[in-house]
Amino acid sequence: MKNYERIFSDSRFQTDLWNTLYFTIFFIFGCLFLGIILAILVDSKVKGAGIFQNFFLFPMALAFVVTGTVWSWIFAPGILPENPEGINLLFNSIGLSGLEWKWYTSTDSFINFNFALIPVIIGAVWQMAGYTMAMYLAGLRGIPSTFTEAAMVDGASGWQIFWKIKFPILKPITFSAMIILAHISLKIFDLVYAMTGSGPNNVTDVPSIYMWETTFRANKYARGSAIAIIMLLLVAIFIVPYLVSSFKSNKRA
Amino acid sequence: MAKKKGKKIIVYILLTVFLVGFLLPIYVLLATSFKPFDEVGKPLMWNWPSSLSFDGFAKAFDKLKGNLINSFILVIPATFVSAMVGSINGYVLSKLKFRGSNALFAIILFGMFIPYQSILFPMITFLQNIGLYGSIGGLILVHIIYGLPITTLIFRNYYAEVPTELIEAANIDGAGIFKSYWKVLFPISLPGFVVVIIWQFTNIWNEFLFAVTVTSDPTKQPITVALVNLAGSQVVEWNVQMAGAIITALPTLLVYIFLGKYFLRGLLAGSVKG
Repeated sequence: MKNYERIFSDSRFQTDLWNTLYFTIFFIFGCLFLGIILAILVDSKVKGAGIFQNFFLFPMALAFVVTGTVWSWIFAPGILPENPEGINLLFNSIGLSGLEWKWYTSTDSFINFNFALIPVIIGAVWQMAGYTMAMYLAGLRGIPSTFTEAAMVDGASGWQIFWKIKFPILKPITFSAMIILAHISLKIFDLVYAMTGSGPNNVTDVPSIYMWETTFRANKYARGSAIAIIMLLLVAIFIVPYLVSSFKSNKRA
Repeated sequence: MAKKKGKKIIVYILLTVFLVGFLLPIYVLLATSFKPFDEVGKPLMWNWPSSLSFDGFAKAFDKLKGNLINSFILVIPATFVSAMVGSINGYVLSKLKFRGSNALFAIILFGMFIPYQSILFPMITFLQNIGLYGSIGGLILVHIIYGLPITTLIFRNYYAEVPTELIEAANIDGAGIFKSYWKVLFPISLPGFVVVIIWQFTNIWNEFLFAVTVTSDPTKQPITVALVNLAGSQVVEWNVQMAGAIITALPTLLVYIFLGKYFLRGLLAGSVKG
């Protein structure tokens, strides 16, 4: 138990937990929001929608280390203000130099939310939004067209059809997506490792990186194992009720 | 009608805006990888290379070719064995219902969600004990075992749609458990195998944490680990780095481009439980 006491009073681990919390929240909402918008757009059946769909989904086929490498360069801030790099340079050249900031090297924070996480969240949402879209699309395409046709005959507008008919049907999908994204977020390692590492003052540190470094770089096995067990418990809190509920609903059906 | 047309245009505009956002990193990746080193410098980052240079690719390929081969040596056996075992598991769990088979399936599924980190340390100890630590063989073993939940899930759902009468008829004809799998189920499993193999290939290829933990010798590391280590030197040669990223991404990207439909099925199988 001493290991656990020590780990929870460790300032680095506390930072990790805050980082994980904020990362998870923004990552999940970013993916859900973007995912449902993309799904609706692709489902609107305009010509060529399938091609767009393929492009939105392709980041899923890439390794997190590949995307981490690319994003780490895009968000490399350079030396401000005289020597902007990456996306700062792009902002600078199109006259938006007000948007330049230190990205993942920033040590600013707001209620324990380290702003340096923002580029990492953008990279993660970029990679996983297509996946969320695919889940929503599967749901939207499973809605019988008789439902929406009947509503249209009754004079319902596009918005009404979406909110009154499609949205409730998509609820379980939203729930599944949240669980899956949460579990990805809790154990995220590759992307952060390839993109930023722990960052200055651990601003982009997450438990998986701490666990890995402390176990395999510093050889503190007990502490590493304690973090690993905490991670397992966090994931289990989300996953076990999810599995139980999906088994129950399956039996009913 | 005019309203409908207007709506269509808005949809296209939005789709295009998102497409640009999605392709931005790819533009950077391509533009940088084809640049000669003196153009990689900061002020030209967003420009398309003035002349196509393959220096980056030549250098990256030279550094990564051994690891590229390692990745294939790792991925091919791990994919096939985990698909095969998953197929047999799926058969047992869907067609040979026994007491506790559902509970067993739930436990196997939970395995899919266990964070890699929490088994890392016992896994290393185990691999050391059986003498496979640090080798690609050890990594193959780990990926076979870690792949079983998803391959089992996909095959179980796939076989659930096959009428049980087929198996029963084979049993009446005197076929045993294995024979009825081999003669009845296996020959119609091809679509399931395609989904599973593509899924496993992509996942194992892209995996990093197990790879970096199990293999510390650079000559034995798969390409994902080598790519991250490529940046280790003092001056990061971004053209080489980006070319390396493209080389790393190419096999899974090709699979996605040509077999995307099946990739999508594997993706959705992981979220829609049975």
